[in-house]
Amino acid sequence: MDRLLTVTGLSTEFRTERGIVKAVNNISYTVNESEIVGLVGESGCGKSVSQLSVMQLIPNPPGRIVAGSVDFDGTDLLQYKRESNEMCAIRGRYISMIFQEPMTSLNPALTICRQMTEVMIEHLGTEYKEAREKSIDMLDQVGIPDAAKRIDDYPHQFSGGMRQRVMVAMAMLCNPKMIIADEATTALDATIQAQLLELLYGMVDKYKTALVMVTHNLGVVARYVNRINVMYAGSIVESGTVNEIWANPMHPYTEGLLSCVPRLGEKLVPIKGMPPSLVNRPDTCPFAARCRYRQKQCFEQPVSELTLVEGTHYSACAVKLEGKV
Amino acid sequence: MSTYIIRRLFHSVIIILIVSLIVFLLLRALPGDPIMMLIAQNTNMEWTPEMIEALRDSKGLNDSLPVQYFRWFSMMLRGDFGVSIMHNYNIGEQLKSKVVVSMMLGICSFAVSIIVGPLLGIISAIRRGKFIDNVVTIFANIGITAPQFWIAILLIFLFSMRLQLLPIYGYTLPWVNLGLCIRQSILPVFVTALGPIASTARQTRSSVLEVLGEDYVRTAWAKGMNERKVLMKHVLKNSLMPIVTLQGTMLRQIVGGSVVVERVFVIPGMGKFMVDAMQGRDYTVVQSVTVVMTLVVVISYLIVDLLYGWVDPRIQYD
Ligand SMILES: Nc1ncnc2c1ncn2[C@@H]1O[C@H](COP(=O)(O)OP(=O)(O)O)[C@@H](O)[C@H]1O
Ligand SMILES: [Mg+2]
Repeated sequence: MDRLLTVTGLSTEFRTERGIVKAVNNISYTVNESEIVGLVGESGCGKSVSQLSVMQLIPNPPGRIVAGSVDFDGTDLLQYKRESNEMCAIRGRYISMIFQEPMTSLNPALTICRQMTEVMIEHLGTEYKEAREKSIDMLDQVGIPDAAKRIDDYPHQFSGGMRQRVMVAMAMLCNPKMIIADEATTALDATIQAQLLELLYGMVDKYKTALVMVTHNLGVVARYVNRINVMYAGSIVESGTVNEIWANPMHPYTEGLLSCVPRLGEKLVPIKGMPPSLVNRPDTCPFAARCRYRQKQCFEQPVSELTLVEGTHYSACAVKLEGKV
Repeated sequence: MSTYIIRRLFHSVIIILIVSLIVFLLLRALPGDPIMMLIAQNTNMEWTPEMIEALRDSKGLNDSLPVQYFRWFSMMLRGDFGVSIMHNYNIGEQLKSKVVVSMMLGICSFAVSIIVGPLLGIISAIRRGKFIDNVVTIFANIGITAPQFWIAILLIFLFSMRLQLLPIYGYTLPWVNLGLCIRQSILPVFVTALGPIASTARQTRSSVLEVLGEDYVRTAWAKGMNERKVLMKHVLKNSLMPIVTLQGTMLRQIVGGSVVVERVFVIPGMGKFMVDAMQGRDYTVVQSVTVVMTLVVVISYLIVDLLYGWVDPRIQYD
C-alpha cells in the first residue's frame, strides 16, 4: 500500500489570555491509501485540533501551527496559506472532513441540494443538473429514503442521524483520497451510531478511500480500523495495530481507555482524574498524575519519545518499556 | 400562509382601531382646543359666547365623545377624512400630496439604510480591528447618539450655507424636476437614514462575527470553498436574518424621524403637516394623519415579516 499522508512533528498552539495552549505537541503519524486509522483519546486531548491543522482550518488568531510538516500525496500542505487557492483545491476534493455536530454543521439557510452540488461544481466543474443527479445518487447510497425529493429539503427537516448521512454523502461526492471523521457518530444514539459506522466503513471500503476515525471511544474503532494512534494531552502516546494494542497495551493511558470499553460481564472502570491543562505544560509525562504505575522518575525526567516495542507497536511510557511493572 | 396573512391583516385592523382611539382621546385630553385657536387667529371679529357655541356646534365638537369618534371613523372607512377644523380644507385631498412626498423620502431613506447599513457592518466585521472597522464604529456611534435636528442643522450650515452645494430647504417631486429633487433629497435622506444605517451596521457587524464562528462556516471551508464563496454563500444570508427583523424598527424610526426632518428642511410631507396641525389643535387632521402613518407602518411590518420567512426557511407561518 502506498503512503498517502505523512504528518511529521506537527505542533499547534493557541494564544489565549491564560497563556499558550499547546493543543498539539509534536505529533507524527501516517495514513496509507485506503487504510482506516483510528485516533483515540479523551476529549480535550487535541484530536480535533490535530485534524483541523492537517486541513489548515485552525482559526487564526488565536491558533497557529508552529512546527511540523503535513505531506499529502507528495506535497507539504503547510507550505500553503490557510485561505490559499491551493489549499481550497485540496479541501473537499482530496481530503473531506465530517464533523461531530450534526445539528450545526450544515447551513440552515440553504437546501441540501445547494450545499451538495456546490462541492462538485467548485472542484470538478460539473454542470448543475449533473451535480444534482450525482448528489441524489449519493444520498441514495447513504440510505436517505426518497432522496430525489428530500434533496430539496433544508437541514432542519432531517434528524441528527440523517444529517450525518448527508455529511457522509457530501464528503464522498468528489471521491476524495481521504476522509477525516471527527467524532462523526458521538452525538448520536447508540443504534443510530452503529448504523452510521457501518455506513461509513462500507462507503470507504467501496470507494477505497482512506479514513481517519477520530473518537474518544476505543470500542467504536476496534472492529474496523487497521491501526490506532492513542492521543493524550496533545501527544500521541501509543501507536500500533489493533491487535498489538488490544492484546498488549504498552501505555497506562491506553490501558485505562480499554477498561472504559463496555464488555460483556465486566465492570466499566473509568480513568480517575481529568486530563491536565494544556496551558504552559511542563515536559514531564502528562499522564503521571493519574497513572497507576507512576514512579519518581515520571515527575522528574522529560517524557520519553514514542519508542518501538515490537513490530509496528510504539509507546511513550518509559516505565512500562523498561519492564519495571 | 394565506391564513397567516389574513390573521395578520385582522391584527392590523385591531391596531389601527386602538391607535385611532388613543389619538382621539389624547388630543382631547390636551390643554387648548381648536375653537379657541381659531378665535385667537381671527381677532378682527367680535366673538360673543353664542357665536363660539354655534361654531363649536357646527364643527360637531359638542356631541358626546363616542358619537364624535364613530362619526369620524365611519367617515374614514368610506374614504372621507373630513375637513380641517382650522382651515376648512379637505383633509383627504391635502393628505394625498403629503403622503406622496413623505413616501418618496421614506422609501429613499429606507433603501439607503438597508443597503449602506449591512454593507458597512460586513466590511467592518471582515476587517475586524483594522482602521476601517474603527471608522465605521465611530460613525455608528455618532449616528446612534447624535440628535437628528442637530445633525440636520450642522449639515445645512456646512453644505448649503458655507459651501453652497445644496439647496437649504424645500422639496420638489422627481417628475417635476429630477435634478432639483435629487439635490434637495440628499441632506434629508442622509439625516433620516443616519440612525437606521448606524444601528443596522452595528447589528450586522456582530451578526457576521457570530456567523463566522458557526460550525457550518467551518464546513464550507472544509468543502474547499474559497473566501469569497464562504462569505457570499454561507455567511451573508445567515447573518442578514436578524437584520431583516430589525427593519421593522428601522421603518418606525424613519416614519418618526420624518416629523423632525421635514420640519427642519421645510418639506411639505406628512410629518410637517402633522406638526402644523398639532400646533393648531386641529383634531381631525392630527387624527387622520396618525391613522394613515399607522397604516403605512403596519403594512410595512407585514411585508418585513413575510420577507423574514423567505430569508429563513426554518420559519413557518401558521
Ligand atoms: N479556539 C481555541 N482557542 C483556545 N484553545 C483552543 C481552541 N480550540 C481548541 N483549544 C484547546 O485545544 C485543546 C484540544 O482541543 P480539541 O482538539 O478540540 O480536543 P478533542 O481531543 O476533544 O478534539 C483543548 O484544551 C482546547 O482548550
Ligand atoms: Mg474534538
